[in-house]
Amino acid sequence: MKFGIAVFPGTWSDRDCAHAVTLAGHDPVMLWHKDADLRDVDCVILPGGFSYGDYLRCGAVARFAPLMQAVAGFAAAGGLVWGICNGFQILCEAHLLPGALTRNASMQFRCEPSWLRVENAGSPFTSGCARGEVLQIPVSHGEGRYVADPATLEMLETSGRVAFRYVSRDGAPVDGSSPNGSMHDIAGILSESGNVLGMMPHPERACEPLLGSADGMRLFQCVAALAGDRGTFITTGSR
Amino acid sequence: MSRAVVHSAAGPSAAQLAEVALTAQEYADAVRRLGRHPNALELGILGALWSEHCSYKTSKALLRELPTQSPNVLQGPGENAGAVDIGGGLACVFKIESHNHPSAIEPYQGAATGVGGILRDVFTMGARPVALLDSLRFGPLDDPRQRYLFAGVVAGIGGYGNCIGVPTVGGEVYFDDGYRDNCIVNAMCVGVVDQRKLTRARAAGAGNIVLLVGADTGRDGIHGATFASVELDGSSHERRPAVQVGNPFLEKCLLEACLELAGRDGVVAMQDLGAAGLCGSAAELAHRGGCGIEIDVARVSRREQGMSPYDVVLSESQERMLIVVERDRVAEVETIFDRWDLHSDAVGVITDDAELVVLDGSDVVCRVPLDVLVDGAAERRPASARPKHLDRLLSTDPMSMKPRWNAEQALLLLLASPNLGSRRSIFRRYDHQVGDETVIGPGGDAALVRVHGGGTALAVSTDGNARYAALDPKAGAMIAVCEAARNVVATGAVPLAVTDCLNFGNPDKPEIYWQMQQAVAGVAEACRALGLPVVSGNVSLYNDTAGRSIDPTVVIGVVGLLDDLDRRCAAGFAVDNDIVAVVGPIGAELGGSEYQRIAFGVNAGPRPTLDLAQELAVQRFVREAIALGLLRSAHDCAEGGLAVAITESCLIGGRGARIGIDELDAHRENAAWEAGILFGECQSRFVVSFPRSSLMKLHEMAAHIGVPFRGLGATGGDRILVTGSIDVGLDEARRAYEGALEVA
Repeated sequence: MKFGIAVFPGTWSDRDCAHAVTLAGHDPVMLWHKDADLRDVDCVILPGGFSYGDYLRCGAVARFAPLMQAVAGFAAAGGLVWGICNGFQILCEAHLLPGALTRNASMQFRCEPSWLRVENAGSPFTSGCARGEVLQIPVSHGEGRYVADPATLEMLETSGRVAFRYVSRDGAPVDGSSPNGSMHDIAGILSESGNVLGMMPHPERACEPLLGSADGMRLFQCVAALAGDRGTFITTGSR
Repeated sequence: MSRAVVHSAAGPSAAQLAEVALTAQEYADAVRRLGRHPNALELGILGALWSEHCSYKTSKALLRELPTQSPNVLQGPGENAGAVDIGGGLACVFKIESHNHPSAIEPYQGAATGVGGILRDVFTMGARPVALLDSLRFGPLDDPRQRYLFAGVVAGIGGYGNCIGVPTVGGEVYFDDGYRDNCIVNAMCVGVVDQRKLTRARAAGAGNIVLLVGADTGRDGIHGATFASVELDGSSHERRPAVQVGNPFLEKCLLEACLELAGRDGVVAMQDLGAAGLCGSAAELAHRGGCGIEIDVARVSRREQGMSPYDVVLSESQERMLIVVERDRVAEVETIFDRWDLHSDAVGVITDDAELVVLDGSDVVCRVPLDVLVDGAAERRPASARPKHLDRLLSTDPMSMKPRWNAEQALLLLLASPNLGSRRSIFRRYDHQVGDETVIGPGGDAALVRVHGGGTALAVSTDGNARYAALDPKAGAMIAVCEAARNVVATGAVPLAVTDCLNFGNPDKPEIYWQMQQAVAGVAEACRALGLPVVSGNVSLYNDTAGRSIDPTVVIGVVGLLDDLDRRCAAGFAVDNDIVAVVGPIGAELGGSEYQRIAFGVNAGPRPTLDLAQELAVQRFVREAIALGLLRSAHDCAEGGLAVAITESCLIGGRGARIGIDELDAHRENAAWEAGILFGECQSRFVVSFPRSSLMKLHEMAAHIGVPFRGLGATGGDRILVTGSIDVGLDEARRAYEGALEVA
């Protein structure tokens, strides 16, 4: 299958995502921010980085890129869109996901291992995992504190749209002391129909035991397996 | 066509000379070489290029002693960075550079632009940066100003490196009274490039076009090079406008565009703009290639209005590059920059007349021969004198002072020392993983960075202990080389080459120049002994404030190659019931140690002894043992001595150890002896662990190579036990270690 990987000026996880996709045995296709062309990919990854320098607000400029207009249409039609780190920030700015990512509670950048409990194992990104399973995937961001109003949080919780929650190494709740202080310890959320995932941690950095964890590879493999079954989710090629 | 330059009829005033930091003698030399008085613009350019920062006039003669060749060297000193062959048709490009003066004035931007500058040095050569390291020195953290500087520098390094997406994988930081007035900020960058794309900053081909790419030119950083070549004083904060402001986003775009250009037909040379701005880079670019260059300042895009030619050529605005391109390839190159939304101006041409000519439209405003500008500064050999206070310091017997604590208390105090404790609170603020190649990140000995997703890796480390160098600058420099190499060896890698950053006070003081002579001789001797060429580096002088100088601070960066990632080693004890052993000498030496600083508040007595032959043998033993798969951990035994090294291996590995050291029994009644054995900083030592099955083979190897090798105990449990001396829980040790920098 073909994973499209967005490249904005200032993106730096593009090469890491391409590496992960290749490791998973699939083809990365780089998508340039100036082109509103998704080049027949089956899943669009919005990778980490500082798109357009993240000046103004993280992701605030990227949402206006020609590529993002195509991504919005693709998402609306049910296509798989996966925002990682800066990609999650862009998805929130583009209103493809609710809420916002603000400065870490520590007011400092954090690059360290984090442990994520899978809260929804029914999404196209997590169906290879078991609900309650703990994945080790690192974070690396300065503005990853997820915030939303109480009604949105309630809606996310009751509709199963919280994909991942930060927990301790042994799976215990961290109650606010996550790497960024996110509300409800939220690390990743899904769109209403489950085809858009935003997450702050970097699964593409957790695809080889040599680099500390291979748990992130599970997500890539899961997407790949699903997308092979083209009846479930649309691809850019089938539109 | 020969157009006359606007001449100056008379010489400058003393104040004008001071402004460009030239001496009357230097000015007289310039007039003699030019055959006339330079005009005001030419004087400014001369001042910048003849500054210590650009000309190395005081250190050049010393630096010639350094070995620069080995079969692996593809590029030695003299380019933007050095390069060595790492196999597979690839080269590793690396360099270290100081940004001390700007960081002392404006810590965030000073450090950030230091990172930006060293990154440009590496990608200018066509190499993709794969690792950053930072070597930092501050005064003690109980001083609020030091906390401000420390916090600002760490934030600046993270701010730039995290944004541009190059992992910060290592470095070191020390706190000592000697850096209260002058902090040290040295940044090292390591890159990888296909050897066919290795690009030089060597202009060629009269008629080729010179493109200025990246940021527009503003008034920031004018006289930055001269500012870095004088002592700081009470008014230095007024020089904040001489500190540049970084834009990592712009540099990220510049990086990607330059990497697309590297190796392309028609791209002749690339040179970044650093100290002395446009005139400095243009002059060096042309002079290296043996040609001339003509720059028209009217063609330079500016950030502000009303800038004079002087402002334009001496501006040190960041994130700018010069690219020399064949005339018929300019459009192709501009297309690449356009794609990255980068602005490029065709500001000049390469000529064949060996001059720097600056035009302002049709007016010739500067015409100076390049050999005068680039090589013209007279080499200086200031008076040299061994500091008198050394005799008194060295006559102290460090073993004669009575320890105030027992060994257990001392261990916990050392672990909690800001100089030894965990650096996690710093490196968790740096992205050390981006690139998916960081196999061993910060917190161990050397960092290990995989090459292009393959089976090999680069091991990189910086080191430099100024306490030893204060007692003996030559030995201190030698130990810095050995220890950085030892860190690299601890991963299993073979050290390939060195980059050095030499930080000193004002060389016009005889004691300081003596320190320089000694330190450079030490780097040279140790590098020769270990077979390591010095391929790049930097000298930072005038690290003084109000007459007080820093201790000589020699920071050594070493790059090594691990050719089989499956045969790598880390610092932590990995398995219970492995044997713990020490490779190298066991002895009681406390001079220059961290223990001495904490326990007695002094730095005195003989520094640790160093035997280069033994150093080489010990490194060879550890490297070969790792390559044969005999070891499960290897850790350089450094500051804090044997007890701290063992404890670090316990903490990193998450398991305890039971240790017995026979020497402790020799003088049980003598507390200083006990401290010397446990916390003395004997050189040429590693703490290793291995399964019982390796023991016989290791003993054979040790006998064959001729290194001391002794089993001390076993791994396991949740306590650190040293028979008769220490019994500390792992948790208690971890609390002390992790809390060391929490105050910051």
